[in-house]
Order: sequence, then C-alpha cells, then structure tokens
Amino acid sequence: MSAIEILGLEKVYQVGFWRKKPKCALKPLHLQVEEGEVFGFLGPNGAGKTTTLKMLMGLVYPTSGSARILGGDISDRAVRAQIGFLPEHPYFYDYLTGRELLEYYGRLSGMPSTGRSDKISEMLAQVGLADASDVQLRKYSKGMLQRVGIAQAILHDPKLVFLDEPMSGLDPMGRREVRDLMEKLKRQGKTIFFSTHILSDAEALCDRVAIIHLGELRGVGAVEDLTAKMRGRVELIWLGKTVPAAIQALKAECFVTGDTVRAVLDESQQDAAIEVLRRERLRLISLTPVRASLEDYFLSQVQPASTGKGVGA
Amino acid sequence: MTPSRKVAAITAALFVACLTASILVLERVDQVRRGATLQEFLYISSPKAAKRLSLGYTGLMADLYWTRAVQYFGGHHARGDQEYQLLGPLLEITTHLDPQLLVAYEYGSNFLAPARPTGAGEPERAVNLVKFGIQSNPKEWRLYYDLGFIYYMELKDYSAAAEAFRQGSTLPNAHPFMPVIAATMATHAGDIEMARMMWRTTYESGNVERSVKANAVAHLRALQVDEDVINLEKATAAFKAQTGQYPSSLLDLRAKGMANGLYPADPLGHPYKFMPDGRIEVSRPDDLPFITKGTPQGYQPPPPKFLPTD
Amino acid sequence: MNARIANIAANTFREAVRDRVLYNLIVFALLMSGAAILVGQISIGIEKLVVINLGLTAVSLFGVVIAIFIGIGLVSKEIDKRTLYTVLSRPVRRWEFIVGKFFGLTGTLIVNTLCMGIGVFAALFYVSHKFAAADAWVLSALYFIVLQFLIITSLALFFSSFSSPLLSAVFAFSLFVIGSFSEDVRGFAAMTHGVERWLATAAAYVVPNISALNVISKVAHGGAIPGDLVLLNTGYALLYSAMVLFAAIWVFEYRNLK
Repeated sequence: MSAIEILGLEKVYQVGFWRKKPKCALKPLHLQVEEGEVFGFLGPNGAGKTTTLKMLMGLVYPTSGSARILGGDISDRAVRAQIGFLPEHPYFYDYLTGRELLEYYGRLSGMPSTGRSDKISEMLAQVGLADASDVQLRKYSKGMLQRVGIAQAILHDPKLVFLDEPMSGLDPMGRREVRDLMEKLKRQGKTIFFSTHILSDAEALCDRVAIIHLGELRGVGAVEDLTAKMRGRVELIWLGKTVPAAIQALKAECFVTGDTVRAVLDESQQDAAIEVLRRERLRLISLTPVRASLEDYFLSQVQPASTGKGVGA
Repeated sequence: MTPSRKVAAITAALFVACLTASILVLERVDQVRRGATLQEFLYISSPKAAKRLSLGYTGLMADLYWTRAVQYFGGHHARGDQEYQLLGPLLEITTHLDPQLLVAYEYGSNFLAPARPTGAGEPERAVNLVKFGIQSNPKEWRLYYDLGFIYYMELKDYSAAAEAFRQGSTLPNAHPFMPVIAATMATHAGDIEMARMMWRTTYESGNVERSVKANAVAHLRALQVDEDVINLEKATAAFKAQTGQYPSSLLDLRAKGMANGLYPADPLGHPYKFMPDGRIEVSRPDDLPFITKGTPQGYQPPPPKFLPTD
Repeated sequence: MNARIANIAANTFREAVRDRVLYNLIVFALLMSGAAILVGQISIGIEKLVVINLGLTAVSLFGVVIAIFIGIGLVSKEIDKRTLYTVLSRPVRRWEFIVGKFFGLTGTLIVNTLCMGIGVFAALFYVSHKFAAADAWVLSALYFIVLQFLIITSLALFFSSFSSPLLSAVFAFSLFVIGSFSEDVRGFAAMTHGVERWLATAAAYVVPNISALNVISKVAHGGAIPGDLVLLNTGYALLYSAMVLFAAIWVFEYRNLK
C-alpha cells in the first residue's frame, strides 16, 4: 500500500464575479508516494503545490479525481489521526505559549491525558524549543514558529507528515535546524511529503521528487535519475598558462589560475579535447564529469527555452 | 475529499425544522406581547421624548410610529374592540416627529374624531392635531378640509366648519367642492347633499390612506341608502293614499306609474324589502354600516368593519 | 466529539480574555459608578429608573458590539493565522469547529454579562440603599439580553464562515438593527398585498426578533415579566440561533478553504 496515491486530482477555479472564467490551478495529477519516502514536491511559486496539498488535506475540494492516503480517504478520522500537516506561513495563536499550543493540538488529536504532558515536553525538546516552551508565541522568531509548527505536526506520532514550504522565510541557521529535524523524522521511518522551491534542500533530503509547473507535472523520479537525464559536461584541468586554440574551438569555457587551466566543455567533445592536449604535450591533471544539479533539471523543465548556462566553477 | 453529504443533509433538514419552529414560537410570542407593546408605547407618550430618542432620524421614527398607529387602529377595529386610547398619543408623536406627514392628520380627522365604535371619540384632540398640522403646513388645502370635516361631522359647529372650508378653498389645488361647501354650509348643513359632497371629497382626494377611503365609500353607500329609503317611503305613502293599501313590491308602484327615479336595490345589489306597514327595510343591514334609515326594528348594529369589497 | 468542541470553545474563550476583551468591564464599571453618583444628586424618584435603563442598555450594547467584533473574525482570523488548516487536518469535523467557536464566544459573553449584572445591582443598591422585590425582574432582563447575544453571535459566526470581516460586521449589525424593530417590520408586511406581502412577511419572519427580548423599560418601571414570555423567548432564541448555526455549518462544509 502506498502512503499517498493521487489519481487524476484536478482543480479548476471559476474566477470573476459576473462572468466566470475557468482558471486551471492543477491539471489532472497522477502520483504515488511510498511509505518511508521523503518526497519533494517542487515548483515555482503559483505552480499548484499548495493547491495540491490542500486538496490532499481535504481543505479544498477537487474538481475531479481523488487521492488515497494510507489506503483511506482524508475525511476518515482514522486516517487523519495518522497524518500531520504544517501549512505555509504559520502564525498560530500568538497569545498561547509553546506548551499551551501543543496542549491544545494534543487534545484535539485525541491524545490521552496521561503522559500527554511528558510527550509535549519531549517534543519541545526535540525541536529545540525547551527553553521557550513557556514564552508566548508572539515573541517567537520565524524559525521558532516553524519549529513549533513541525512539533504540532508530529506530536501525535503520525506515519505521514505533510509540510508546505517548511523552509520559507528562514535564515540559513533556521533552514539548517528544520533540515536536521526532517532528517531525524526520516530516520524514524516517517513518510514526508513536502513542497518547496529551494532545490538544494530537496536535493539533500529527498528520495524522490516531482516537478510541477503551471499546474502540470513535468517530471517525477529519484534525484540522480533526473539529473542524469541532463546532458553532462566534463571538466579538464591541465598544467599550463594558455589555452590552445583548438580547445577554444571546441566551445569550452576556460579559466586560467596560476599555472593551471580549467576548461569545461560538453562531454561529447571530451575525446577531441584530450587529443588536443596530447598533441600539444600538455599535462592533464584531472578529468571529471560535472554532474548537472537539480537546479539545471528544474530550470530545463520550467523554462524550456533557456539555453544551458555554464555550470559553476 | 468531497463535502460530507451526511452533514449537509442533516444540517439542511435541521435548518428547515428550526426555521418553522421558530416562526411558530414567534407567533405565540407576538400574541403574548400584544398587550405589553401597547404599554411600552405609553412610556414614551411624550412627543418630545420620542424626538430625542430618535437620535436625529426623526423621519424614519415618524414613519415607524405612523405604521404603529395604523396597525393599532386596524388591529383593534378588526377585532371589534371599541377602545382606541392610544391612537391620539401615537398620532401626536408621529406628527411631532414629522409635521409634514399629511396622512397622519387625515387619519386623525377620520378615525380620532368620530365617536365610538367607529373612532376614538376624541374630536377636540383631533382638532388640536389638525390645527398643529395647519401651523406647520399652511398651504395644504387638505388640512383645512380635515378641520372643517371634524367641525361638521362630530362637533356640529357649522360656522367653524364653514370658516375652515372657506380658508381652504382659496389655496392651490383645492378640491372644487370646497367653495361650494363653504357657501352652502350655513343654510344646508343638515342636507344629505352636503354630507355626500364631503365624503366624495374625502374619497377623491389623491393622498388618501386605504382605510380612510374604505370608510368614505361606506359612508357614501349609507347616504345613498338613506336617500333611497326616504324616496321609497314617500312613494309607498302616496300609493297608500291612492289605493288604500301599501304596495308589496316595486312592480306595484310601477303599475301605478309611481316608480320614477326609484331604485329596487341598495348600492350592494340587495333588493329593498317592502314591509306591510309601508316601511322600507334593507335586506342585509350588517353589510351597510352607518345607515340611519331602513334598519329593521330593534336592530343593533355590530361594530363597524371594512368590507372586503372596499 | 464533545471533548473536541469543548476544547475549541475553551480556546476561543481564552483568546477573548487574552485579547483583553474583558477590559470593557472597566469602562462599564466607570460608566455605572459615574452615573450612580451623578444620579444620586438629581431629584428623587427616577434614580432607579435611570440606573436600570442606563445599566441594562449598556450591558446590551457593549455585549452586541463585542459579539459582532469578535464574531466576525471567528473563522477569518483562524484562516489568517493558518491555525484552521492545522485544526482541520486533525480528526476534527468542520461542524465541530463551528459549534466550538459558537460556545466559546457565547461563554465569553455570559461571563461578561454576569460581571456587568453585578455592577448594575451594585449601582442599584448604591442609589436606593436596599433591594425591592421588583428588582428581581432585572435578572430576567439580563437573561433576555443573554438570549439576544446567542442570536447575534450565531449571525456573526454565520457571516464569518464565508464573508470578509467588514461585510460580516455590516450584515450582522444591520440584522441587529432591523431585528430591534422586527415587530414594526411585521406590521409593515401586514399592510402590503399580493406578492409583496408574501415576500415582506417571509423577510419579516427571517429577521431575528430582538424587540421581544428588550424588556429594559418595562423592568425599569418595575413591571413583571410573565413566565410564559420567558419560556417562549428562550425557545425562540434557542431555535433561531440553532437555525443560523446549521446554516453556518452547511456553508462552511461546502467552502473551499483557499
């Protein structure tokens, strides 16, 4: 049984006051997420990520299609007891303290009163908010809010956790903290489905990703597989101070630093380049394939017209 | 993934149930409150207090009190009550809040002045009300008419009535009857024709409230019946003189050529009855309030109400 | 189910308290004390009248204002703070959320009214130095005011479930004002004919009957409140608020929470 099975989920909004025009937020989506996976749902802003998540949560009703969560329907209370959700830009009840917030959510989740208090303390410690547990949420930083948000999502030990842009608005330290938390959850065997537009996080955390743009799915798969689809480049480093004309003719990007030259060119030109170096009797130091990053793949799907920019040095 | 049909159906059904039940309870509350609301009006029986309470929205408050006055009187009238104590205060508050609400003065002259059970039986109060109206609206001919009407109908003060009609007749848009009434008031006060002109003026004037018009129609009918009965009884007396017997129907009169200008039925279409003692009676006296002739002997009129045909 | 509703209600109450709503009691206390002291210096006979009229009117109006101001944000605030999404992702039904919010706000208003009621009686004692038997009717006036709050809260919550705070405030306040004249509206309706009569009567009965719940001037004059009126008003207020709540639940169930 997959953790999440999305079958043709579609959302069309009718916009306008008098004459309603249809606006497609999500084209029919087919997707599957297995248990124990960390699944990244990537896309630019407005791609339909939040719409999808809200439909999965039962907050927005789909125009057509359906989804099964842990084998059941989201309206089933037993299913909802097994999931946790962190929406985007959470503010929560700013007049409550961290502990009071978790008490509230714990009660709503039906956590029994015995042991609840301890579980909450443990949870607060786990997200690194033990010191702030009796401070009102209005005094929390954005990173702290995000962390208490994750705390309420995992408080009742759900099997499946949905996070909508968990890193948004965080500084690098905040992002690090959230990433560490997510890795901790992964080690606990939870399934995580999260949306983001920060690709480096996705690259680091995810087992599989899906890329969505303008409401349409543009690609699904493991990160390596997706990036391998990109045409690769190779990087050659040799001793020398100049770039032979023949190498330049191969449309290489060359950088001279000290007594080494770095050239990055298409891997199809790899053999030709090595031949040139041999003729010129230049000493090859290294030959490394440059892996396309997820960003390249992402941009290729999202802006089909763009030419492959030079991959970083 | 979809809205719960169960929840939707149950709440819709409960909504309808509660709506119906609340309406039923509300009707009961209205009944219990009927007495209470009247008392509450007494708490603000001072027009000045009402004005202050309306926070400047005097026009709206006036309309509100006007509605209450009409509801009050109409409701009591329909139930056959004979007491209309609050009509005066209600009309006074209404006109104080909006002195230009002409219908209120008209209502007062038609229903505040006449004796019970037709009205509240307070002609002097009605006169004061209309005089206040004239103060605030000196160019409205209808108010002078209303004043003259009260003097004529209830107070029988024909010189005051004539004076009011005279003043009114000089104003713009005055009904053509006004100068006629003014001129002939002195000599023909008791005539049916005078009364008929009055009621016709009331009925024909543009700005008239529904029950006022209905009242006027009822009075005009009654005048017609009175006239018919007088004429018919004159004819039966003449018949007796000629033949030694009273006629049993209009055909008898017609046979003798004495039926000119006589009507066999009242304005509602019910035939007049020719009694053996020469009197004429109406078939359905309950349908004809205000008649003074043609009623059966010992007849007690029921409290007047407005007929559906009005 | 009840535990969840109670939880949501308790949290709504807590929010009102921590939002310093109950500070309105201070303003009320100042008002009542000022009035009581001033009135004690005016001519005899109407002190009680003024204290009861002023006190009960203030209880009623303050409460209506609070009911509307908090009521219009009951749902929209939860959306802004994103808490609604986290609540509904739990085993909580949408209707439980609405009902919990309702009880939370009415609970706040009842507590508020109780405190104010004490204030009114304190002022009354101050000006007349003893309690008369007729003063007990002030309690029924207060009870009717609470019934009025049930109705206003349900209306504010209903509008909040699908409309912006500003529009909700306008609608709720308009219905309150029209409802205060509901007997006259029914009178208007009775004077029309034909199609208009049907429409006007329908409208007149849908509008909340606030005027029957206002017995302030009667009680100020020492009048008694008949028992059957208490019963009927209770029934009406409960039925009407329930009806509006069901409408709110229905609307909320179908709403896309974007």
